[in-house]
Amino acid sequence: MHMADALISPVVGGVMWFATAGLIAYSAKKVKKEADDRKVPLMGVLGAFIFAAQMINFAIPATGSSGHIGGGMILSILLGPYAAFLVMASVLVVQALFFADGGLLALGCNIFNLGFFPCFVAYPLIYRKIAVDIPNQKKIMIGSLIAVIIGLQLGAFSVVIETMFSGISALPFSTFLILMQLIHLAIGVVEGLVTAAVVTFVFKARPEILNAAGNYILIGKVEMKKLIIGFLLAAIIIGVGLSWFRSKNPDGLEWAILKTSKAEGVDSGGLASGLVGGCLIILIVFLIGLILRRYKDKHE
Amino acid sequence: MSHHIIEANDLHFTYPDGTVGLDGISFRISHGESVAVVGENGSGKSTLLLHLSGCLFASKGRLRIGDTYLEQKTLNIVRRTVGMVFQNPDDQLFMPTVFDDVAFGPLNLGLTYLEAERKAMDALKTVGAEHLRNRPPYKLSQGEKRAVSIATVLSMSPDILVMDEPTSSLDPKSRRKLIELLKTFRHSKIIATHDLDMAMDLCERTIVLHQGKVTADGETLKLFQDEGLLNRSSLEKPLRTQQC
Amino acid sequence: MNNIGKNSFDIGYMDTLALGDSSLHRLDPRAKLITTLVFIVTVLSFGKHTVSAMLPFFIYPIVLISLSGLPSRYLMKKLLIVSPFAVLVGIFNPFIDREIIYYIGSIGISGGWVSFLSILLRFVLTVTAALILLSLTGFNAVCASLMKLGLPRPFVVQLLFFYRYIFVLTDEAERMERARSLRAFNSEAMNIKIFVSLIGHLLLRTIDRAERIYLAMCCRGFDGRIRMIRKMKRSYKELFFVIGWSLLFIFLRNYNITLKLGQAFTGVIK
Repeated sequence: MHMADALISPVVGGVMWFATAGLIAYSAKKVKKEADDRKVPLMGVLGAFIFAAQMINFAIPATGSSGHIGGGMILSILLGPYAAFLVMASVLVVQALFFADGGLLALGCNIFNLGFFPCFVAYPLIYRKIAVDIPNQKKIMIGSLIAVIIGLQLGAFSVVIETMFSGISALPFSTFLILMQLIHLAIGVVEGLVTAAVVTFVFKARPEILNAAGNYILIGKVEMKKLIIGFLLAAIIIGVGLSWFRSKNPDGLEWAILKTSKAEGVDSGGLASGLVGGCLIILIVFLIGLILRRYKDKHE
Repeated sequence: MSHHIIEANDLHFTYPDGTVGLDGISFRISHGESVAVVGENGSGKSTLLLHLSGCLFASKGRLRIGDTYLEQKTLNIVRRTVGMVFQNPDDQLFMPTVFDDVAFGPLNLGLTYLEAERKAMDALKTVGAEHLRNRPPYKLSQGEKRAVSIATVLSMSPDILVMDEPTSSLDPKSRRKLIELLKTFRHSKIIATHDLDMAMDLCERTIVLHQGKVTADGETLKLFQDEGLLNRSSLEKPLRTQQC
Repeated sequence: MNNIGKNSFDIGYMDTLALGDSSLHRLDPRAKLITTLVFIVTVLSFGKHTVSAMLPFFIYPIVLISLSGLPSRYLMKKLLIVSPFAVLVGIFNPFIDREIIYYIGSIGISGGWVSFLSILLRFVLTVTAALILLSLTGFNAVCASLMKLGLPRPFVVQLLFFYRYIFVLTDEAERMERARSLRAFNSEAMNIKIFVSLIGHLLLRTIDRAERIYLAMCCRGFDGRIRMIRKMKRSYKELFFVIGWSLLFIFLRNYNITLKLGQAFTGVIK
């Protein structure tokens, strides 16, 4: 579900970065207020755990393909929503930086899609309601499963919206939507089951861990409502703004051509200059590189 | 001046799951002594060390470090006096760079950046690790990690050093280097170890633990010749004395 | 068998590169961070059919690599490894956007292919810029700069801890996976039951480790606030670097010098 820089327009990317940055600031403030010193090493180390765990693939039965866990839900259960969001953000940052899992512009979208929904929506509204008071194995299983599935569905939907509004990929909306939702439903079931199993494992081996975790500061009903309303408002504003923007530029192709250069038109003459110029530029850049390298070696 | 004396008086401690950690431990260690704490796994060595550094509190009995009895409210004082080096250096080196780790303690003590830097560099120099200051901990060898983790504690200028298995997983050369280094320290040293040969080199006194109790407390060389005692405590003679 | 070890070794290697010494290495990390961000945003702001206008942007990575002595082969290999991802992203375009916008003789090139190429170029440029930033600065310094530039402290502290323990955790994971695969008699990915058990144990060990780290922190006086000494440079060199490059990027964004050069050339030939 990781998005790529290449699919995101700067506008959408920027907006999502804005949203993500706001969420990070908000979560950081909450974590600071919780003032639970124990969490400082725990958050970091759990982040490393999720990072490492994501590198281990398991076989999905009956499909012959392999999968790996996402982690947002496990983190939320162990750390509470705010800390979990920060940890998820870190994991994605490192993956984006070191494995180019998407790119830096899309990072804002990715953190939002993979972090906001599990931590701030699925966990408090679903898992907590089902499995935190007097937990038992069945409740944990059901709670994790549903929470993970819903979280992934929402995330997938978000991806579709972001891609569509960016207008760079040429996929048609409805096909894309159905594809994404279905794929992530399947992924959600698998990940939900695995998450449920892992949490159950912890519950059976060391129940006190889950008990301690459940006592973390809860997003109050009022706050949650505020969050959701804020989010909806933002979505509406963004939606309206972007569709106005698009209506002014009905054809992405035309707009792109107009914007990027005065000469890149639709004739072969333009193409020829483009090709020739392209080769020349590459040559020049390469030469500059060689010269600088020579200069550096000489001055060592 | 009694601030380097450690006095344990009938310490008892039980873990939450019911395991008995300490079952009536008493001893008195004076300023500058080097004491080895030996015993089989589960005998209470690590538990005792955690008490000495203020990480655990006894359920019964009193522990006095210097002029202070160890309680929740005297923790800060105790932690300035006692420096604890953990068994696993990866648990102790948690900052981005070596320098950050060594400066962590002094900065927490409230020193200025300048003073903290000076103390950190002094500590690194003492253990011979100045050249490692900008390295991230995961790029260190076991020996280097061990040296640096000692530096992280030295930089706080403790009077008492408590160490948990300092020579474990060290190659022979690094181990020798470490022993030589520790010999130069004037602090009171309490070292929990399986390495009886090191105990012979470093510590004139040894306390033997077995099932949470002190089964022997005396001169290292004498103790290690008492095969009966060693057997009862699930130990054996130091390797270097085994042929004679 | 498993590539866990390879991945973590890779990250570590970039930290090693960051310990190098060149005028670029010595530049304040904030300058490099800001310039990289401007670069990426500018490149990504191009329309979806831009190709030629993006080419001059290669000057940034090329100059940086040449002046700093970074191993270009290594960077190119990394790029190649992640490039299938970009291909996957853009591969649909040629099939969907079939409107012809160029002709070479009588062969028509559809907008879909152009946008595909554009996506690839975007990818190469931005990923290279990010890799160079990390290889010149190192993760820890980038985080410290982010904190100085305003990122919330709890987040950065947590990032630093996380990064610190990545290697420890991937090590453990790799060892467990290796132990398992030595006793498994098929070479497929592990089945879910075993995975859950492995992950479950790793998780419990991780939580225990966090407890021990916390104890170690307390023994050294931890009071909730992580303090670090970070000396930052601020001289005209940094300013020069950031402003100079940024102006160039903005210039290149608005003037397609590739085309202009090509036209001049073909004009001369004619």
